[in-house]
Amino acid sequence: MKILVPVKRTQDPYVKVRLKPDGSGIDTSNIKYAINTFDEIAVEEALRKKEEFGGEVVVVSVGTQEWTEQIRVALAMGADRGILVDTGGKYIDHVILAKVLAKIIEEEKPDLVIMGKQAIDDDANQVGQILAGLLDWPQATFAYKVEVNLQDRKAKVIREVDGGLETVEVDLPAIITADLRLNQPRYASLPGIMRARQKPLKTIKIEELGVDLTPYVTIEKLETPPPRKAGVKVKDVDELIEKLKEKKALPF
Amino acid sequence: MSILVIAETRNGELKKASLSAVTCAKILAEKTGLNYNILTFEPSEKAKEELSQLGAEKVFVAKGEHLKNYTAENYAIAVSEIAKKVDAKYILATATTFGKDLLPRLVSKIPNSAMISEVIEVIDAETFKKLVYAGDIISTLKIKSEKKILSVRGTAFDKAGKVDKKSDVVEEEIKENYTRKRFITLEETKSERPELTEASIVVSVGRGIKDPENIKIVEELADVLGAAIGASRAVVDAGWLPNDFQVGQTGKTVAPQLYIAIGISGAIQHVAGMKDSKVIVAINKDPEAPIFQIADIGLVADLFQVVPELTQKLKKLKQESAG
Repeated sequence: MKILVPVKRTQDPYVKVRLKPDGSGIDTSNIKYAINTFDEIAVEEALRKKEEFGGEVVVVSVGTQEWTEQIRVALAMGADRGILVDTGGKYIDHVILAKVLAKIIEEEKPDLVIMGKQAIDDDANQVGQILAGLLDWPQATFAYKVEVNLQDRKAKVIREVDGGLETVEVDLPAIITADLRLNQPRYASLPGIMRARQKPLKTIKIEELGVDLTPYVTIEKLETPPPRKAGVKVKDVDELIEKLKEKKALPF
Repeated sequence: MSILVIAETRNGELKKASLSAVTCAKILAEKTGLNYNILTFEPSEKAKEELSQLGAEKVFVAKGEHLKNYTAENYAIAVSEIAKKVDAKYILATATTFGKDLLPRLVSKIPNSAMISEVIEVIDAETFKKLVYAGDIISTLKIKSEKKILSVRGTAFDKAGKVDKKSDVVEEEIKENYTRKRFITLEETKSERPELTEASIVVSVGRGIKDPENIKIVEELADVLGAAIGASRAVVDAGWLPNDFQVGQTGKTVAPQLYIAIGISGAIQHVAGMKDSKVIVAINKDPEAPIFQIADIGLVADLFQVVPELTQKLKKLKQESAG
């Protein structure tokens, strides 16, 4: 089974992101980068399916040369090869990204695409669904559990939805987007890191794919939300109840 | 040209979260001079009645055997057909898991369209604000596609109320059926408590609770207050509470009148889902826990001592005020 995993380079999830003092953009001076939390889960799930069925895991990123760092991490985890679609730093929106990925998928013809449900930087939660629509493939978003039946070319996916867990069945090829509890991603081992250096990593220039690169959605301004006013510390439960009464926060 | 709002139902009942998208549509209608229509699926008679009282030009009900259970694939086909019919320039839904799953699927179905997720403010006909980086930054986005798809953050818009004028309810048969995905089951979380995103009080529990057995301490407090229960990621990851209890960047966003965080450290991913709450109370034994930076009232204490005490004292207060 051939599985393709799109991967985004995002900030480390444990740092607080700040704007540059002049507000012109994100202050990247103290940011460490990692594979987007949900994409890392997607890589892990792809590796587990490869362990079950054999085949190949291909990792794709659409970004700058620096993003090869995250592709190498995915290769060190066990993915077989990487593709970087080099944007040269050009801004692209979600529709363009989905169109670029669709081009790669038409070329690679995977049986399954597994990707994160959202990126932790722009928090959009769009690309998997747009991509599924463009390819007219079924989508199973917010995956909690994935069972593939390769013989019948089907996958049963349990999804995390408001109000509970939903089970759907999709025919392959399909797009699956990973939620938090799908699995616990492995760490790259030292031999894995050594082997990753030898694994193929191809770069394609975004302009070569024939996708219109005029964005529909552009970022006009970034700003910091007003901070919450500092509160008070109370010494015991009685004082806590007094404060709640003062703020009229109790229903009785 | 018009605006189309997709209203979500569950077991026939209108999801109240959808009323936030109606409010956002009203704001857009004012700014653009367009009317808005509502589209729904599988509504009960009561839900139809409610939807007809929201000031919409028309309420459409998409019909079809294959629409009985939700799939993004079939619902997207139905939405795009109705959108074409009403010449929708905007398509809106609240960003529940339904809206999040369905709306981006429309991009490929509707020519010259693009989407903005989780809108928190309408600036003008093509400019909207949303939160990024787990709510650390507000981004102002401009969307220039001819058709604009918007998911709406429920907590950022009030729930639309009733109007006097009644809208016509129109049924539309949808024929096209996407067969490569099949709904199997929905295992619903059963709870007697209010729904998390609709509750006016939320009592939330974190890793500090240590053992699933101890969650009853928090449930007792919630019951005195008539509150919903929420959880941090750690508690849900451990399987101590179901997935749809999770509050945070990737879980549910809540903004109740009162949010009581118990044994929650306050990771940015959690704070992203609750920092717009009116009054935030934090109870945690670690005085350095980041939750105290955003709490209006903080109590540094052992939750196993103070939460039962709080429950008892509130119970007494409740009885006094009732009697």
